Amino acid sequence: MKIEPQPFEPERYEFVEPPRYRFSVSRRAFVQSVGAGLLISGFVDFSAFGQQRGGDDETPAIGGRFHIGKDGRITAFTGKVEVGQGARTQLTQAAAEELCVPIAQIDLVMADTGLVPNDGGTYGSLTTSRTVPAMRQAAVATRELLIELACKAWAVSTDGASMRDGVIEHANGKKMTLAELAAGAENIAGTLQDRSAEGGALTAVEAWQTLGKTVAPVNGPSVVTGKHRYTSDIRREGMLYGKVLRPPAYGAELTDVDMKAAEAMDGVVVVRDGAFVGCAAPTSYLAQQALNALASTAKWTTKPHPASDELFAYLKSNTREGTGRQRSREEASGDVDAALAASKNVVRAEYHIPYIQHAPMEPRAAVAEFDGNKLTVWTGTQRPFDVQREVAEALGLSASNVRLIVPDTGGGFGGKHSGDAAVEAARLAQAAKRPVAVHWTREEEFTWAYFRPAGVMEIAAALDGDGRVTAWDFTNFNSGGSGLGCPYAFGNVRTRFWNCESPLRQGSYRALASTANHFARESFIDLLAAKAGADPVAFRLQYLEEPRLKAVLEAAAAKFDYAGKRMQASANTGYGIACGTEKGSFVATCAEVAVDAVAKTYIIKRVCVAYECGAIHNPQNLQAQVEGCVVQGLGAVLHEAMKFKDGKILYTRFKEYEVPRFKDVPPFDIVLLNRPDLPSVGAGETPIIAIAPAVANAILHATGAAVNALPIRLA
Amino acid sequence: METVVFTLNQESRSVTTEPGRTLLDVLREDLGATGTKYGCGEGSCRSCVVLMDGRPVTTCQTPIAKANGKDIVTIEGLADGDTLHPVQAAFIAEGAMQCGYCVPGMVLTAVALLKANPKPTEAQINEFMNGNLCRCCNYPNIVRAIQRAAGTAEGVAK
Repeated sequence: MKIEPQPFEPERYEFVEPPRYRFSVSRRAFVQSVGAGLLISGFVDFSAFGQQRGGDDETPAIGGRFHIGKDGRITAFTGKVEVGQGARTQLTQAAAEELCVPIAQIDLVMADTGLVPNDGGTYGSLTTSRTVPAMRQAAVATRELLIELACKAWAVSTDGASMRDGVIEHANGKKMTLAELAAGAENIAGTLQDRSAEGGALTAVEAWQTLGKTVAPVNGPSVVTGKHRYTSDIRREGMLYGKVLRPPAYGAELTDVDMKAAEAMDGVVVVRDGAFVGCAAPTSYLAQQALNALASTAKWTTKPHPASDELFAYLKSNTREGTGRQRSREEASGDVDAALAASKNVVRAEYHIPYIQHAPMEPRAAVAEFDGNKLTVWTGTQRPFDVQREVAEALGLSASNVRLIVPDTGGGFGGKHSGDAAVEAARLAQAAKRPVAVHWTREEEFTWAYFRPAGVMEIAAALDGDGRVTAWDFTNFNSGGSGLGCPYAFGNVRTRFWNCESPLRQGSYRALASTANHFARESFIDLLAAKAGADPVAFRLQYLEEPRLKAVLEAAAAKFDYAGKRMQASANTGYGIACGTEKGSFVATCAEVAVDAVAKTYIIKRVCVAYECGAIHNPQNLQAQVEGCVVQGLGAVLHEAMKFKDGKILYTRFKEYEVPRFKDVPPFDIVLLNRPDLPSVGAGETPIIAIAPAVANAILHATGAAVNALPIRLA
Repeated sequence: METVVFTLNQESRSVTTEPGRTLLDVLREDLGATGTKYGCGEGSCRSCVVLMDGRPVTTCQTPIAKANGKDIVTIEGLADGDTLHPVQAAFIAEGAMQCGYCVPGMVLTAVALLKANPKPTEAQINEFMNGNLCRCCNYPNIVRAIQRAAGTAEGVAK
């Protein structure tokens, strides 16, 4: 198969798995829709997705963004979700900044498709770069309108009028609170609805009162008191607890199940619709009893499935064309083959990363409730409007009859793009004619949630007689194109991505494939530097062109005293560095690693990170995101790899699949480079990309042996 | 069916239910105490911790019968009216929450730690808290919050 040279696009969204179930009702709807000439938009319909996000929704009339209550409280609306990245606080800050009101005067409604504009999914670090500006723009227009209304009431010109701390003031000494304004205004909602968000000037960074400052999480009080209702905490009148019969292995198909014993249980509802078998009961305990009864009678056919032990060879021998952003593709400049052929010193290496799970603390959950043919679903997803459509299509409803609400959710990390639990709860609720909650167990989450893709990275590079790099050839199998572009000016550069037949369901992850591609590239750079006899920092700086990337590299090296430590390193200690850029921000990470060559173990003694994402919105949350990224990235270094055999996922518990704990956290130094002169970009992903290669390079330094796989195990 | 009587956040509660159910399920499904979270079902993440007679227990591993006669405090019962417990206040001040799902279990475990050891070192905090998982990996801020509540550090809230 030939792959066409095509430019790499920034990846926003990688989930391309087909729906898990085809319900009888949705098959009918599918046929009807196609007959009527309508496009059924599945997961891979990027065109409709793009149009939707790029449409009018993101910049609605200000009535779509704000509501002013009679009590003077402001309700703001966004389609973004809160999954722990801090969007709720950040967007509240953004609104408060431009409205000139205290943060406490604003309530933010997020991700309720019945109420909010479609700001696109919450991924790709787009909240900061796109939604914050949209929120600020609407807030400016709203503030100007409120000032106009007050001046109209006072019968004065708006010259000399302003707003501060939620109070409209005039140079003539008059003052009016929003409550007073709202009480006097005839139709404030209608007036907001008529006004465009366009036009007004955003507050300059130097003048920020609320943005740029540490703001404690606005939902903090409800979180620490247990009052916040995550999806799994939603309780509805008459609600049942649902369970779904899972196959015993990947690829297994149900041939028979006896539902009688489960149906005979008091209060239990059982559903079979094609491959879907589920039950619902007044308690989760009873639902589990019913599920056990179903599982004991279920008969399945299984088929061969590749094992994790043979995964990397399997991926390389199962490439395919792929579609959309996932298509196999290649980008090249110069003549890589000629440069490789001309070199006497070609360095080659292959890197492996396994499937890993997001394992959010809140497993997938949903509550579905019908009122006639109208359906309301609460679920934790990063793509509320897409999952609204997913649920509607699965059940054969029109999207306008489905309201999807995303309560602030217990973790996502790119793992909650799909609506699995929402579809399951909706199908059960349809059958039970009562609200149904589906709460995935940890075992289900480990087994049936989609994975961060595994991948193979092959790199070849040519050095000339002076130790200069003359060719760079990088191929990624399966894990994705993010971070594939080479930031080093090597002259002849080729990058390839091969879409592969994936044995496991796979999708997005924090920073997508950038974790894989940076691990491989930055580890290989140190190998090249060693072959060239160069210092790894100087070697990088020789080829880096982007000043912001150089700046973080130099800042991390300086704070860590990289040069000094490398010189005085003891026998069993290594110092590594790595850097990279993704989604418009820049990171460099240093690691000190102590190696026990006899026991084949290592300890990460210290980590230093320099990070830059433009103008900083909330220093405390930024620091937390950077620390969280690095420690989550350490999980992939130290522990995480999914094992599977005969279609069975072998690690289904935290006792088997280890994730970072308190004791895994090394001492940290963080340097946050603030660039008030540059636009702010999102910081919830990029800081994860450089920790693994920094540790790998420290081990190379300590032992002289290259690291070629995650998690890192010493040979 | 089995009848179990215990004190929940200073109120006496009586539950008659299947003996196979866990305290976690009864708290969440029968008593509305949904602040106590399911995370793993095997005691490996401590999202489901409550204080039982002052000691932290994983309710997913506690059959309901074991609650009989006990004094149970869940996250909903920790504050004194509108006044947050110092550990709760410290978690907010230090931004010791990202998604927040682990926070109830973290806070209650930290309360138990500070009761047993009012001035823990950082190593002692890591040791005591190591069974509590935070997948957002916000551990540094959680340690700072516990130090703030203990008065052993200024914290780093800027």
